[in-house]
Amino acid sequence: MITTIGAIVRGERDVFPPYLYVAYRSTILRSPHQPLVDVPLTLSELTGPGPAISAITPEDGDLTRNAGTDGEAIGQRIIVTGHVLDEQGAAVPNTLVEVWQANAAGRYLHQNDRWPAPLDANFLGIGRCLTAADGAYRFLTIRPGAYPWKNHPNAWRPAHIHFSLLGPSAASRLVTQMYFPDDPLHARDPLFTAVPEAARPRLIAAYDHDITEPEWALGYRFDVVLRGPRATPFEATRESRR
Amino acid sequence: MTTLGLTPSQTVGPFHHPCLLRDDARRNVLVQSETAGERIRIEGHVYDGDGAPVTDALVEIWQANSYGRYHHPADQRAVPVDPAFAGFGRSGTDETGRYWFETVKPGRVPYDGNRAQAPHICVTVFARGLLNHLVTRLYFADERANAEDPVLERVPEHRRATLLAARAVVGGVVVYRFDVILQGAGETAFFNV
Repeated sequence: MITTIGAIVRGERDVFPPYLYVAYRSTILRSPHQPLVDVPLTLSELTGPGPAISAITPEDGDLTRNAGTDGEAIGQRIIVTGHVLDEQGAAVPNTLVEVWQANAAGRYLHQNDRWPAPLDANFLGIGRCLTAADGAYRFLTIRPGAYPWKNHPNAWRPAHIHFSLLGPSAASRLVTQMYFPDDPLHARDPLFTAVPEAARPRLIAAYDHDITEPEWALGYRFDVVLRGPRATPFEATRESRR
Repeated sequence: MTTLGLTPSQTVGPFHHPCLLRDDARRNVLVQSETAGERIRIEGHVYDGDGAPVTDALVEIWQANSYGRYHHPADQRAVPVDPAFAGFGRSGTDETGRYWFETVKPGRVPYDGNRAQAPHICVTVFARGLLNHLVTRLYFADERANAEDPVLERVPEHRRATLLAARAVVGGVVVYRFDVILQGAGETAFFNV
């Protein structure tokens, strides 16, 4: 895939995708042209909404049965679990994890998703839970399907689950996507390939037979690493490597 | 010491609305009747490099209460917590690219032992086409303290105006307008934090 990769990146260049990545066409008009301003992390960035909002948000971690229909979603039932950690490996407890995904046929319950794949009346494709004291989270869901999009001819998004984490501080805020192992669509997906190659494996869940439950569901492990309470400015991170 | 690699960011995409903006996750109104402080409305549009409205963005804000205290365990100063104010807002953008919040004007918070920051609101923007979220700050254009704000002074002078929200009184409501321009003429200054 030939693409123009912009020089403007928030955070570590070997981890985070650039704002401009021409192969992903929506970046062309939405990426800033001016350099980001390096500023120190102040009390405003070292605090954040995570603790207060996590404490008042109800958990809703079973996507197979949360549509309010008394019915169960159709699809391959899976358990997605892992730990939310900071760079030092410390658990991030009691933090809100919000997820959304397409159904087993690859369709979102959203007015702008109109490709001819079936909807599932028993599947909303949304869930949320809090991490436990050891940083562990867990969702029960169904494996999402791949779906086409209009980015380029015959473009298909690999199966993925969207994750949003508030984390302990504003500096730890992260929205990302979890992919499944051994998917031939990864290399053809400009969202996935926008991530520097060495960091791409961090977006792929691992199949884990110890998580798989007999006669019930397949298990996947996906750990998430956020900037922690001792976060240093990205600027200083870069300089320390020179 | 173990150092783990950070998880890379990915775009929020076009289909986040049912999850991140469901009734009890959307937070346009940050205030309750008991919240202390001057009521203000924050309103603005998000525009792309063609000046077209970004209709599928997600805008989050984080701010101190009217006394200048964050609702967070890392802020242990002897400044009152307001139990009726968490300080977090989350809004979508509508078909015109507009987002809005009803909040209070934040008090000043410290920069270091000697200096205070001007009142400000941290703003984070997510959208389809943003592989990583954008981080900026809203400052209040009518604040004298802006002239001595140590973060604002890091912003090149010709770009500072992009962070200043202008005050207007509309039907008795104090409104601060803050447009976010992702690219091009008048591009908002974004931070590497």
